[in-house]
Amino acid sequence: MIYQTLWNNLPYLAEGAAMTVALAVALLVIGLAVGTALGLSQSYGAWPLRWGATLIERLFRAIPAVVLLFLFYYGISGFYDISSFAAAALALGLRSAAYQSQIFRGAIASVPSGQMAAARATGLTRRQAITAVVLPQALRQAIGPWTNEALSELKDTSLAYTIGVVELMRQADYIVSANYGHTLAVYGAAAVMYLLLSLAATWLLHRADAQLRVPGFAHS
Amino acid sequence: MSDQPLMRVSGLHKRFGDKTVVRDVSFTLARGEVKGIIGPSGAGKSTLIRCLNGLEPIEAGQVWLEDTELTARGADLDTLRSRIGFVFQDFNLFTHLTVRRNVTLALIKVKKLSRHDADHIAERELARVGMADKLEAYPAELSGGQQQRVSIARALAMEPELMLFDEPTSALDPQSVGSVLRVMRQLVAEGMTMIIVSHEMAFIEAVADDVLFMVDGAIVEEGSAQQIFHQPQQDATARFIDGIAAALIGDGGDEPASR
Repeated sequence: MIYQTLWNNLPYLAEGAAMTVALAVALLVIGLAVGTALGLSQSYGAWPLRWGATLIERLFRAIPAVVLLFLFYYGISGFYDISSFAAAALALGLRSAAYQSQIFRGAIASVPSGQMAAARATGLTRRQAITAVVLPQALRQAIGPWTNEALSELKDTSLAYTIGVVELMRQADYIVSANYGHTLAVYGAAAVMYLLLSLAATWLLHRADAQLRVPGFAHS
Repeated sequence: MSDQPLMRVSGLHKRFGDKTVVRDVSFTLARGEVKGIIGPSGAGKSTLIRCLNGLEPIEAGQVWLEDTELTARGADLDTLRSRIGFVFQDFNLFTHLTVRRNVTLALIKVKKLSRHDADHIAERELARVGMADKLEAYPAELSGGQQQRVSIARALAMEPELMLFDEPTSALDPQSVGSVLRVMRQLVAEGMTMIIVSHEMAFIEAVADDVLFMVDGAIVEEGSAQQIFHQPQQDATARFIDGIAAALIGDGGDEPASR
């Protein structure tokens, strides 16, 4: 009976889902840190920094995710014993950083130049003006597009299946091979779990957006 | 009071691309003086005033604040700017901060005051511009006139030695203009040194000790308000003043006579 099979395997699917969430969080944190640095370098850096950041950004946007995963796992494991989870978090995290850098760069550019001028006019240094005036406004603007990126990455964690990370997709695959079939039902169950994770993530990020909203200030 | 001018500008040139917007501008500003800058749109008034605190880099010339050259290579612009208050045409309040935090930001970051002391100053300065009841409001919740008064308080909180006003009422509805001009009049009465770029001719005539009339980036005439508005020495000045008078009476139709 298929429902019995699914029910019995639910703990494995849940375990896979937990791994999916862990990988998504890890790669998004890497992406946020590196992406902010890249976006800031592209917006405010001197030309070598700007060029370097742009080069990294183009590189990681141009290479397919699966190729990055193989490069970071099989490539690095040749000289360093990297876990498949760490390799996946790095490969997908740096790729996400490239995309996130463009979100932040756009958000920084959307802050009117008068804000920087007013900050500098009161005596703030450039660095202070960026951190205290421009960035807080830019990051708030970035929450919308960042939500899209986060959801997209949550789904792309399934690619880590190819280098052996035991996440939701690979658990589903194990269940299928252990039960000689029920392909549609098992992958269907995995799909439902991705849906639930996406809905939960959307809800969380929209709540954060509402919390950080500035009274009277229309969000675009 | 010393004889040394508070601000000295000599031979200032500013270009955008190959268009010269400020040409060979020189003047001095005494402590306690109120200087008005008037002229047709596009005369370079706003660009000039933005050069005076280094918001715009310049091609040639010098700006001195007492003994310090603001335009010198390696000048400590941040410190110099904290001595010069600047009020923008479109206010530029920090949209993500409350009225209170707009005023305290530079006090805490630049003057390194404690939050407590900064709050105290903010409350005092906001009361001075009639905004004491809006401490926790955000800029987007305020009218233009209220925002401009907060921005004046933000500048005053730094206890500047002079205030620069870049068309402070141009973006305001007629009702709000009065409230902002009242605050500025009060500053004049308190002896604040000010440079005001404005199209409010009656206001400039009433408060300015000295008026610069600019056309095409250059000072065409400098003199007392009495001279500029009633005995202009230059034809261009006379045409400009007559044009405004005519437009006010409705004599000249929709077209200002000077252009």
